[in-house]
Amino acid sequence: MSLQDKDRIFTNLYGYQPWTLAAARKRGDWDDTKALMARGQDAIIDEMKASGLRGRGGAGFPTGLKWSFMPKESKDGRPSFLVINADESEPGSCKDREILRHDPHKLIEGALLAGYAIRARAAYIYVRGEYIREAEVLFAAVQEAYDAGLIGKNACKSGYDFDVFVHRGAGAYICGEETAMIESLEGKKGQPRLKPPFPAGAGLYGCPTTVNNVESIAVAPTILRRGASWFSSFGAEGNKGTKLFQISGHVAKPCVVEEAMSIPFRELIEKHCGGITGGWDNLLAVIPGGSSVPLVPAAEIIDCAMDFDGLKAVGSGLGTAAIIVMDKSTDIVRAISRLSYFYKHESCGQCTPCREGTGWMWRVMERLRTGDAEVEEIDMLQQVTKQVEGHTICALGDAAAWPIQGLIKHFRPELERRIGERVREAAE
Amino acid sequence: MADRQLAPDTPELRARWSSFAWSQDNARQAKIIVARYPDGRQRSAVMPLLDLAQRQVGAETNTQGWLPIPVMEYVAKELDMPAIRVVEVATFYFMYNLVPVGKFHVQVCGTTPCMLRGSDDIMAACKKRGMRIGHVSDDGLWTLTEVECMGNCATAPMVQINDGNYEDLTVERLDAVLDALAAGGSPKEGTQEPGRHTSEPSGGPSSLKEMVKANHDYRGEW
Repeated sequence: MSLQDKDRIFTNLYGYQPWTLAAARKRGDWDDTKALMARGQDAIIDEMKASGLRGRGGAGFPTGLKWSFMPKESKDGRPSFLVINADESEPGSCKDREILRHDPHKLIEGALLAGYAIRARAAYIYVRGEYIREAEVLFAAVQEAYDAGLIGKNACKSGYDFDVFVHRGAGAYICGEETAMIESLEGKKGQPRLKPPFPAGAGLYGCPTTVNNVESIAVAPTILRRGASWFSSFGAEGNKGTKLFQISGHVAKPCVVEEAMSIPFRELIEKHCGGITGGWDNLLAVIPGGSSVPLVPAAEIIDCAMDFDGLKAVGSGLGTAAIIVMDKSTDIVRAISRLSYFYKHESCGQCTPCREGTGWMWRVMERLRTGDAEVEEIDMLQQVTKQVEGHTICALGDAAAWPIQGLIKHFRPELERRIGERVREAAE
Repeated sequence: MADRQLAPDTPELRARWSSFAWSQDNARQAKIIVARYPDGRQRSAVMPLLDLAQRQVGAETNTQGWLPIPVMEYVAKELDMPAIRVVEVATFYFMYNLVPVGKFHVQVCGTTPCMLRGSDDIMAACKKRGMRIGHVSDDGLWTLTEVECMGNCATAPMVQINDGNYEDLTVERLDAVLDALAAGGSPKEGTQEPGRHTSEPSGGPSSLKEMVKANHDYRGEW
């Protein structure tokens, strides 16, 4: 059964209607938020746990469980913070942008509810620097919420004081990593911290902090209104709910769309994207979850369920559900090499395996693209990706390694063909 | 890591910029920004203040703006932090321009999702118009940069020019935008595809069709 409009959370996803408070209220936002808060903090967290919501930023960690890690009372007077990750920079991802510019009040209401549940003093929404117009909307929406008494002192007349601040980034992919984001919020270079301590123990300004993705926070008010059982009625076991999918690349109509989790790839593309450019026989491969996950060849993806477990089973991942579709006209080696360049560009430079490795891997990828390499170098590249993966403070090293591993796993004959042709040309 | 270098710290640079101070509006704005962070944590405001400073330099030079060393030192003083910490931030984040740029900073997204939709042609079209990566054109109008994924993947390819995004580009659509900017106009931002609103499937949404005409409240159908 496919998702009906009445069960879509982001009804103003495409921005046909205004984002303003008055319009958002008519769509159901900020409807008796006080009553939701009156259920109590533990009840909110339990409802979120029961909904089966897994974090929408890529890692898929259960949101309710994450909230439950926060201290219930401050023994030493330190306040707690909620940090909302709107640093959407994973290549292929463009969902949080639509929430920020078209449905910002869902995010702000979610910030209040989440902040209340984890007993936070304030929320900082970290918006990527390039989202300039989106941040303008968010600043204005936050001001509207303050003016209406929905946030700030005695938010929604609940007796709870809660501030929401917007902080703009300035162009660094790495700040999407939660501890890099905290460093950046503190006014430093966005270089990830070693964990432990985890942010729930010592995060922003050394205080207990929860970092959540925009989509995870923005769906919370609707989950609380409609109940955990409504949300968990969509998607396969362990992969519950609705999800914003972003389809880019070689489809007839690229788009962002909210669908039920676990929708098969073919159905998603047929229903919303007008099919693959040149038809299904023309599909080469798909990167199903943003650039960091390994690609999946056409035959394996077509009937795959688009969720955490379904994509894990084909050796990839759901990530941010940013689906990059590549048809047979694609220079697949160049497509992956361009991602290697991305990771080289965005490495923060803190850990040697990543700082040196991303540049090295990109240079080898560029030679493989033209075939200017030895066949043995394919294995050497594979080994180097294994030496970068898992040997860095954050996951950027892994993210740089996985696309290359996926390429070698599925397109090794193509790499060898290019090397072979080059050798033949040289001999002639 | 990105290759980035500071503009040389010359006597001429000092002479031009050491008197930098907030304009009246920006002084007010800076106060509002610093108040977003807890007392004693004013250093958190370094990123927004650098952005504000870059914009003020832009207004004074009729460009997108950049950050000369004396301006960074001014921000450091405002926030009571060592200048080197500000320089670290300015050099780490890609949106701070470390050298002068043109009036329009044309930032072409070249990452894979845009590449698959034809960003090579967009880049080539910019170069054909005389733009060069990292240089200010002779007329002072253009600086070209290839940037990494800008999060407009469902409306690729795209460029960001100063504060505006121009999406769903073809060479013709790009030329129209650039011509309009050069002539002092303000072309429509967002998708350049006729009939497309934002990121819905081209030709009309496949879901939420009621929303096109009216602010539909779906709660009655729950």
